[in-house]
Amino acid sequence: MATVEHAAPLPGGRLVIERLVYWYLLAALGYMAVSLLGGLLMALQLINHNPLSGIEFFSPARWRMIHTNAIAYGFIANSFLGMLHWAVPRLTMRPVLSVRLSYFIFAAWQVVVLGTAGGIVAGYAQGVEWGETPVWIDPLAQVGLLLVMINFLSPILKTKGPMYVSLWYFMAALPWTFLTYGMGNFLPQYALSGVGSGALTGLFIHDLVGLFVTPLGWGLMYYFVPILLKRPMWSHGLSLVGFWGLAFFYPLTGIHHFLYTPIPMFLQYGAIISTIAVEFVVTTVIINFIGTVWGTSGEVLRSVPLRWFYTGMVLYFVTCLQCAFQATLTFQQLIHFTDWVVAHAHLVMLGVFGFWILGIMTYLFPRLLGVEWYSERLCEYHYWLSAGGMIVMFLDLTFAGIFQGWSWASLQIWEHSIQLSIPFWVVRLFAGLAIIAGQIVFGWNLYKTWQRSRVGSSAMALAEAN
Amino acid sequence: MFESRSGVFLIAGVGFFSLAFLVNAVVPWMMYRNQPEQTVEETLNRNVLRQMQDLSDRYRESFAKHFGEPPPKPERTEPPEALAEKWGARDRFFRTACADALRLGRSVYVGEGCWHCHSQFVRPVSNESRRWGPVAKSWEYNNELQRPVLFGTRRVGPDLSREGGRRGNDWHAVHFYHPRSTSPESVMPDYPWFFEAVGTSETTDEYGRRRTERGPIAPNKRGFAIIAYMQWLGSQLDDYGHYDSVEAMPIQENRR
Repeated sequence: MATVEHAAPLPGGRLVIERLVYWYLLAALGYMAVSLLGGLLMALQLINHNPLSGIEFFSPARWRMIHTNAIAYGFIANSFLGMLHWAVPRLTMRPVLSVRLSYFIFAAWQVVVLGTAGGIVAGYAQGVEWGETPVWIDPLAQVGLLLVMINFLSPILKTKGPMYVSLWYFMAALPWTFLTYGMGNFLPQYALSGVGSGALTGLFIHDLVGLFVTPLGWGLMYYFVPILLKRPMWSHGLSLVGFWGLAFFYPLTGIHHFLYTPIPMFLQYGAIISTIAVEFVVTTVIINFIGTVWGTSGEVLRSVPLRWFYTGMVLYFVTCLQCAFQATLTFQQLIHFTDWVVAHAHLVMLGVFGFWILGIMTYLFPRLLGVEWYSERLCEYHYWLSAGGMIVMFLDLTFAGIFQGWSWASLQIWEHSIQLSIPFWVVRLFAGLAIIAGQIVFGWNLYKTWQRSRVGSSAMALAEAN
Repeated sequence: MFESRSGVFLIAGVGFFSLAFLVNAVVPWMMYRNQPEQTVEETLNRNVLRQMQDLSDRYRESFAKHFGEPPPKPERTEPPEALAEKWGARDRFFRTACADALRLGRSVYVGEGCWHCHSQFVRPVSNESRRWGPVAKSWEYNNELQRPVLFGTRRVGPDLSREGGRRGNDWHAVHFYHPRSTSPESVMPDYPWFFEAVGTSETTDEYGRRRTERGPIAPNKRGFAIIAYMQWLGSQLDDYGHYDSVEAMPIQENRR
C-alpha cells in the first residue's frame, strides 16, 4: 500500500493544524450535501413533482435559500478557511496567531452556518440576496470574520521581504470579506431603504462573489497550480495586472444586478463599463495560467486535481466573457429575470469555485489521511459526472432563459413561459442528479480512503509494538 | 507599493472597497436623501383598507380571532355625530389592523422566499409596461416595507409590484392554499400553513354515529398578512385598478 509523505516538517515546529484542515473540509462536504438536496427539492418543485409538498419545514422556497447559503457560507467558506490553514503557514513559514483561536473560529463558524440554516427553515430569512442569514446571526458572523482576519493577518504581517501573489489575494480578501458582510447585512436592514438600498444590495451581492470568493479562489490557484506543476507562474507582471485590475474594477460592478430599475442611469452605465473592464483583467489572468501550464505535455489531462483547476479556469473565462455581454442593457432586455442568470450563477459557484475546491480536496485528502485515494477511477468518475452535469445544466438553463425572455417580450400569457420551461427544467433535474451522483462517488471514495488510513495506522501501530 | 503589505491592505483592501462604497452606495443615498422613508401607516390608502374590510367580512371568525372584532358599521338612521364617531372608530381599527398585517406580510413574503420567484419592479423594456402597468418609479420604494428593497431576482411567477386590486381576496386564499386550483399551469408550491380550520361541528353520519368535523378552512394570521400584502402592492399608484381585474365572489352569508 502506497503512503504519501506527510507535510514536510518546516522550521518553527508545527506549522499546519492538519486536523483542523481535515475538519473544515469534511464540514464543507456535509454542507454541500445539504445544499444539493435543497437544489434537488426546488428542481422537483419546478416540474410539479415535489414529494414533500405542503410540509412547512420542507418548503422548496425556503430550501432554495438553504441551497445558496449552504454553498456560500457552508461549502465555500469552510473549504476556504481550511485551505487557508493549509496554505498561509506554508507561504509565510509561520503558524497562525493562535491554535485555540483557530478551533474557536471553526466551532463559531459552524454555529453561524447551522443557525442560518435553522433560521431560514423556520421562516426567519433576511431580505437580502446571498445575505438571508437571519438578523440575529449577523453580529456573530461579523465577529467571526474579524477573528478570521486577525488570525491569518498575524503570520502574513510578521514575514519580512516580498510577498508571493497568493498572499496579496489573501491579505486583501480578509478585510474585504469583513467589510462586505457588514455592509450588506446591516446597512440595508437598519439604515437605508428604497432605491438606495437596492444599489447597496447589488454592491453586496457582487462584492460577496468578487471580494470574498474570487480573491480567495485565485489566491489558492496561484498557490496550488505552481506546486502541482513544479514550475513557477509564467509571468509575474501579469500576476500584478490581474490582482490590481481585479481589486479596482470588481467592486465597482455591483449595480449591474439591477439594470433598468429606478437606480440612476449614470450609475448603471458605470457598473456596465467596469463589468466589461473586469473581462479584460480576467483575460490577463487566464493567459498567465495557460502560459504556466504550456509545454508540460498534457500534465493537465493526467492529473485529476490539475484538470479540476483548469476546467474551472476555462469556465471562469466563459462566465466572465458572458458577464461582459449580459451586463449590457441590450442583453438585459431579454435575459434579466430568466434562467439565463440561474445558469450563470451555477457556472460561477459550482463550475469555477466549486471545481477548484473539489480539485484541491482531491489533492489534499490523501495528504491529510496519509494514504493514496482508494480508487483513482472513482476520482475520474467524480470529475466527469460533475463536469458533465455542470455543462449540461449551464447550456440547458441558458437556452431556457432565452426562450423565457422571448415569451415575455412577445406578450404571450404568463403560463406560456412556464410551459415552455418544463422540458428544460426536466433536463436540469437530470443534470443536477449527475452532479449529485458525482459527489456521492466522491463521498464513497473518501470513506473507503479513510477506512484504509485507519487500517494503515493500526498496522503501523502493530508494527511499532512488535 | 504594489507588492507591499501596506499597499495591498490599505489601497486594495480598504481603499478600493471604500471607493466602490462611495460610488455605488453613498452617491445613491445622497441622491435620495430628500425623499423621506414612509412608515407603513403613511402608505395606507383607501384601496388597501377596502381589501382589509373585505377580509374581515369574508372570514369573520378567523379575522376576529387574529385582529380583534371590528367595530360594527353604524346604522344610517343614527345622528350625524354618532355616525362620524363610529365610522372613525372603524377606520382607526382597520388602519391598525392593516399596518400590523402588512408588517407581518412583508416578513412572511421574505421568510417564505417569495421574492426569489417574484419580482417587484416593472422595467421600461420588453413590453413590460403593457403587461404589468406603469414602469417602476423611485418613490414607490421609499417606505418601510421596502427595507431592504425587494426588487427580486428571478421571475418564475409574474411580477407582483402591481398586484394589489388585480384579484379578489378569495382568489388569493384559494391560490395560496393550492395554486394549481386557480392557475392550472402554475409551479408554485402549496402553502397550507397559511390556513387553519375554524371551529368544529358535530354531525351524524348515515349509520347514526356522531362525528366531529373540522370547520371550514380560513386564513390564519400569516394568511391574512400575506393576502393583505398582496393587495397593498401597487395600491398607492394613481392608475390602481386599471388592470384586468377579476371580480371577487360575493360574500355568502352562511359562510363562517
